[in-house]
Amino acid sequence: MPPATGGGLTGSELRARRGRCGPQTARPASRDVAAEAAAPSPKRSAVSSQRLEAAGRWALLALVTLLSFATRFHRLEEPRHICWDETHFGKMGSYYINRTFFFDVHPPLGKMLIGLAGYLSGYDGTFLFQKPGDKYEHHSYMGMRGFCAFLGSWLIPFAYLTVLDLSKSLPAALLTAALLTFDTGCLTLSQYILLDPILMFFIMAAMLSMVKYNSCADRPFSAPWWFWLTLTGISLAGALGVKFVGLFIILQVGLNTISDLWHLLGDLSLSLVTVGKHLTARILCLIVLPLALYMATFAIHFMVLNKSGPGDGFFSSAFQSRLSGNNLHNASVPEHLAYGSVITVKNFRMAIGYLHSHRHLYPEGIGARQQQVTTYLHKDYNNLWIIKKHNTNSDPLDPSFPVEFVRHGDIIRLEHKETSRNLHSHYHEAPLTRKHYQVTGYGINGTGDSNDFWRIEVVNRKFGNRIKVLRSRIRFIHLVTGCVLGSSGKVLPRWGWEQLEVTCTPYLKETLNSIWNVEDHINPKLPNISLDVLQPSFPEILLESHMVMIRGNNGLKPKDNEFTSKPWHWPINYQGLRFSGINDTDFRVYLLGNPVVWWLNLLSIALYLLSGSVLAIAMQRGAQLPAEVEGLSQVLLRGGGQVLLGWMLHYFPFFLMGRILYFHHYFPAMLFSSMLTGILWDTLLRLCAWSVASSRLARSIHVVGVLSLLLGTAYSFYLFHPLAYGMVGPLAQDPQSPMAGLRWLESWDF
Amino acid sequence: MLGFLKRPIVLTTDINVNVVVLTGVGLLSRLWRLTYPRAVVFDEVYYGQYISFYMKRVFFLDDSGPPFGHMLLALGGYLGGFDGNFVWNRIGAEYSSNVPVWSLRLLPALAGAFSVPMAYQIVSELHFSHCAAMGAALLMLIENALITQSRLMLLESVLIFFNLLAVLSFLKFSNCQKHSPFCLSWWFWLALTGVSCSCAVGIKYMGVFTYLLVLSVAAVHAWHLIGDRTLSNVGAVSASACMAVSVCVFCHLLARAVALLVVPAVLYVLFFYVHLILLYRSGPHDQIMSSAFQASLEGGLSRITQGQPLEVAFGSQVTLKNVFGKPLPCWLHSHQNTYPMIYENGRGSSHQQQVTCYPFKDVNNWWIIKDPGRHQLVVSSPPRPVRHGDVVQLVHGMTTRFLNTHDVAAPLTPHSQEVSCYVDYNISMPAQNLWRLEIVNRESDTDVWKTILSEVRFVHVNTSAILKLSGAHLPDWGFRQLEVVGEKLPRGYHGSTAWNVEEHRYGQSQEQKERELELHSPTQVDFSRNLSFMARFSELQWRMLTLRSDDSEHKYSSTPLEWVTLDTNIAYWLHPRSSAQIHLLGNVVIWASGGLATAVYTLLFLWYLLRRRRQICDLPEDAWQRWVLAGAVCAGGWAVNYLPFFLMEKTLFLYHYLPALSFQILLLPVVLQHVNDHLCRSQLQRNLLSALVVAWCSSACHVSNALRPLTYGDKELSPDELKALRWKNSWDILIRKH
Repeated sequence: MPPATGGGLTGSELRARRGRCGPQTARPASRDVAAEAAAPSPKRSAVSSQRLEAAGRWALLALVTLLSFATRFHRLEEPRHICWDETHFGKMGSYYINRTFFFDVHPPLGKMLIGLAGYLSGYDGTFLFQKPGDKYEHHSYMGMRGFCAFLGSWLIPFAYLTVLDLSKSLPAALLTAALLTFDTGCLTLSQYILLDPILMFFIMAAMLSMVKYNSCADRPFSAPWWFWLTLTGISLAGALGVKFVGLFIILQVGLNTISDLWHLLGDLSLSLVTVGKHLTARILCLIVLPLALYMATFAIHFMVLNKSGPGDGFFSSAFQSRLSGNNLHNASVPEHLAYGSVITVKNFRMAIGYLHSHRHLYPEGIGARQQQVTTYLHKDYNNLWIIKKHNTNSDPLDPSFPVEFVRHGDIIRLEHKETSRNLHSHYHEAPLTRKHYQVTGYGINGTGDSNDFWRIEVVNRKFGNRIKVLRSRIRFIHLVTGCVLGSSGKVLPRWGWEQLEVTCTPYLKETLNSIWNVEDHINPKLPNISLDVLQPSFPEILLESHMVMIRGNNGLKPKDNEFTSKPWHWPINYQGLRFSGINDTDFRVYLLGNPVVWWLNLLSIALYLLSGSVLAIAMQRGAQLPAEVEGLSQVLLRGGGQVLLGWMLHYFPFFLMGRILYFHHYFPAMLFSSMLTGILWDTLLRLCAWSVASSRLARSIHVVGVLSLLLGTAYSFYLFHPLAYGMVGPLAQDPQSPMAGLRWLESWDF
Repeated sequence: MLGFLKRPIVLTTDINVNVVVLTGVGLLSRLWRLTYPRAVVFDEVYYGQYISFYMKRVFFLDDSGPPFGHMLLALGGYLGGFDGNFVWNRIGAEYSSNVPVWSLRLLPALAGAFSVPMAYQIVSELHFSHCAAMGAALLMLIENALITQSRLMLLESVLIFFNLLAVLSFLKFSNCQKHSPFCLSWWFWLALTGVSCSCAVGIKYMGVFTYLLVLSVAAVHAWHLIGDRTLSNVGAVSASACMAVSVCVFCHLLARAVALLVVPAVLYVLFFYVHLILLYRSGPHDQIMSSAFQASLEGGLSRITQGQPLEVAFGSQVTLKNVFGKPLPCWLHSHQNTYPMIYENGRGSSHQQQVTCYPFKDVNNWWIIKDPGRHQLVVSSPPRPVRHGDVVQLVHGMTTRFLNTHDVAAPLTPHSQEVSCYVDYNISMPAQNLWRLEIVNRESDTDVWKTILSEVRFVHVNTSAILKLSGAHLPDWGFRQLEVVGEKLPRGYHGSTAWNVEEHRYGQSQEQKERELELHSPTQVDFSRNLSFMARFSELQWRMLTLRSDDSEHKYSSTPLEWVTLDTNIAYWLHPRSSAQIHLLGNVVIWASGGLATAVYTLLFLWYLLRRRRQICDLPEDAWQRWVLAGAVCAGGWAVNYLPFFLMEKTLFLYHYLPALSFQILLLPVVLQHVNDHLCRSQLQRNLLSALVVAWCSSACHVSNALRPLTYGDKELSPDELKALRWKNSWDILIRKH
């Protein structure tokens, strides 16, 4: 049976990354051809010239790096006020320095690094970072900006090396480096205290080390192989630790690894044991190591932030008991709920609050005219409820009665402590959610009717049938109507003091809205225990913080009546973001890609798809290509394919996201797209040159083409650099402005 | 030429009795007592109203899917002579005598019945045994959920029918490809694939998943075709032969592209064309559409706007509707009341006359377009049309105050400017009432401001703020109308900043009293305009895709994870007096073994794949090819119809799983036959397996029979019997309390 053609689903062998693996696709010449074609000086007999060449390469790399650092650090201190999201990430850096707990939708690594950079550079965490435009005054902010710019500067050497490795061609690598160096967008995004330079640093580091370990594949288990493999894992952990966008690069490395293993498996010269070793090494370095590092960042995060702060309310009561300064910290309460206990009941969903009632009635026309029941976010005496048996009204705190614990399935009554009304529900529609029933406070001095009876149920019964403070998740089922007590999360109008609506929902699905837990607990008849016993373990905290982050992310919905950035706007550079300043007197910085670079990138993707599919079809048809073209097309299909996959993985998922999106989300994809441009144009020019007979003409076509692209981008950077380095004076709409001629799209508002 | 004189004409036909029998029992199971219950069952209440709209030719908008499915149901009503007069408001309501229940339910039932022989054919076309094919058909026949769903006016069974038809015709096509490409049946099956794909998409957007599956299998086949060297090494010597071969490959690709891409797209548009041709009257959903769309419908807005002057001139009296129209479609409005001096949060206002957006027609919605250079509020003769870039003033018709904005924070959106009608309090706050007119769609249209057609923006001359609907509801002092603001930092075009003229007349009266009378009178003058089909199509499509319904709770909604294990059901109907009831409830045995088969297939496939990579071939090549294709179609069909639901945010129901289930049912016999052919090594094992299969089959039949009362709802059950049927605690079977 022929090994290659079998199976429609096994995929074409064409996109196979390396010729070495599949015997049927092995084209041993290809790599050398490409290398030969790329080498600038063909005389390699002389050792000295080789050394010279190596030195030249190093010098070129140094030059690229230097230029990158120079552009990123130029006028870094300007403007001397908070720009755009610095207000968030600078503030969060300060929180680390002050060790106060906060909540953010992104994982902590990026902000931790910012905090560390600030700490090391002498920033004391006292600046408030209130709103964009606030002056830094004497506060030291350059350490944090410098750190971000430092990481942002490495993007270019990384991209250079990646492309060099993929294409074996210096001009391609140079072109990529130029595109990124001279892109005003990348430049702007690297110059401020933001997560993006850190994220992109890790993404590019992962890409580079992945490409490097791929090229070490002929020497598996050697030191450099291990080094690059480990580095890939570390960078993946870093990328994921900064933003969840890091998942896309993980996906790319994962796909690459799968195809890698697939080829190793198909190599019959390797024993299964060897393949197993390969597999284990990858599991270790690409799964176990990143996971461990990622969890370690969270461990540090929770260790550092041990003081109560603005993030407390997003987390569960049990979580809050960890934070010093929170009223639950070091508190001691009775452990299990008993009849007669005075309690507060908190909704399990974040930002809903405590079950609450007060001496105000529902207004005329809204259900029955009885006392309101709401949820309220703040601590208040009106949050206190007494738990009583449904059928007796005797005072359970009477010392002659024995203590009786509340158990799963008990029928209870909840009496509001301040007003002595019972929690009550009936077949009236709720004020805002019409399909639910109204919940009221009813009865006088605790005497009501059978509509006050609730069955208490414990959802997580691993703590037994008793109800444990903080840890037990409970539901209240209304006995008569069979509905479940919950909060809809909707804000009541002014008659309800803009507190949140409480309803009884007839839909018995378990949702967070209908799960509650007991927070405060007062019962003099029971012994108090320290809440430390109830503190959640690290895995529980980790899980909870991820749930909260995911919910936070889902909560960031775009508003209907606002203009929002759409993913299709991004590659065409439709509209930028104002980093600083609005009016003509302000110092204005505008995040916008260099249009020459971006539109070239866009054109290149189209050209790539065209030329790539022509070549792929030609090869599938079995066309006999000359060796040189064969080599070039391998570079285009494999190297280019790798980078194109990166672009797609970092761009297309945004079309599926429901959360609010911003222009800067495109920048990781833009890095990949610039690499593709570098590889594509170099290869196309080489193909053009090859098709010309005379070798001198061929050489000059290639040189002139690459040079004109380099100079073109450099000149466009000269034109557009005020966007990044700042501009003062009339807006570009004004014909007087020096930028007036550069407003190529009406949607650019700089 | 006269061959028939020499030889007799012979017609030979093969009749596969299996197919005939399967069709027969399929029809029997789906059509038996079809008119029972003669009452609205579950979602019939939803689809029924659209059938009525078709019968009355009233325009509607349904975001649940394209109109083809609704039209098919309506066709049943049309053939049955339904006049559309029935109030679809309550599940369980008895049908009146004018509702042709049988013909309305016939089409879904037929689709469900024909799915049975199609399952047989698909498995045969996958080159599995006749026995396996019979098995697939049998399972399809006795699956209770499929029976329930196809006996009612619902669309899932029709969707499943077209899904299966698409797969079947594609398989027939690719089998033709092997021996006789470009023959008549090759063309027929290829075209049918495209047609049924677009029908599936036209019924529900879910059909896209199966369409994509068929497309990707076709793409893989086409890729192999390109690489097929047998097509190319015919005469590598001669260039012309080589050329001919390339042309041949190109023809193959072109035929596929036309049939699988162009035909479905054209058909999809055609559905909408028919839909819009049929529905020409205005109806309850008009408000969601733009003014231009509404004006193209008979009655409704067009009754008012018919005969309006087209070009807006200085002195025109107009009502201005917001283009975006969210949260509510509304018109620019003002009234005598002023903004409160101090808001509740302590901020101050200009205390000038309120400007709002009002969702109802009202005489206060009228504005007069005034030339800042002239005093008259009438149209000169000849009228001077307003053009893009002109500076205008907007005068409120009833109060003759000027639309104004200034650097005062808006009541609810403090980063935007307040918009008011200017009241001169003689404090140092001058009127700023000049607006520059921008016609947004001037490139596609002219730069003259046209009624209904032009979308315009009003840019404030002094502050360059843009008149915008913020979407917030004003508190009681603003009568809960919508807030209108001046957006200082427009970030790009958005519908909420664009307005269009809806009602329009040339103002004639010089005096305010006369003008008020004029404003109260209806507009007239004769002039008609029509929107092109493509414009109407794209608007309708866009609204369908962007309409968001916020009602997210339902008693019987479920999550995808509950579907596989059948942890949920839907009570469709309960007899008003007895305990007879209909439930959407699957055959537990089939669902469990379907899940098992999918898992077994996946594991076996991976196992074979990895071993083949090491050059160990457990299966002969042709068996492997069959195995892969069957998996791609059946397991793939299940996966593409099931997994996407995990990403969806809308309310989900058990019936969303049925298309996936129908593919899973096809997979079951495939896996069983594979186990029998390749994994059972001895005759004893094979016998054992056969015995097991027979036992399993009869248990499936038994379960199907046991659940039959809940499927057809034709039998009264005692509470004890009902309790006995509640096999899972999560099943909600209705038991009457006496």
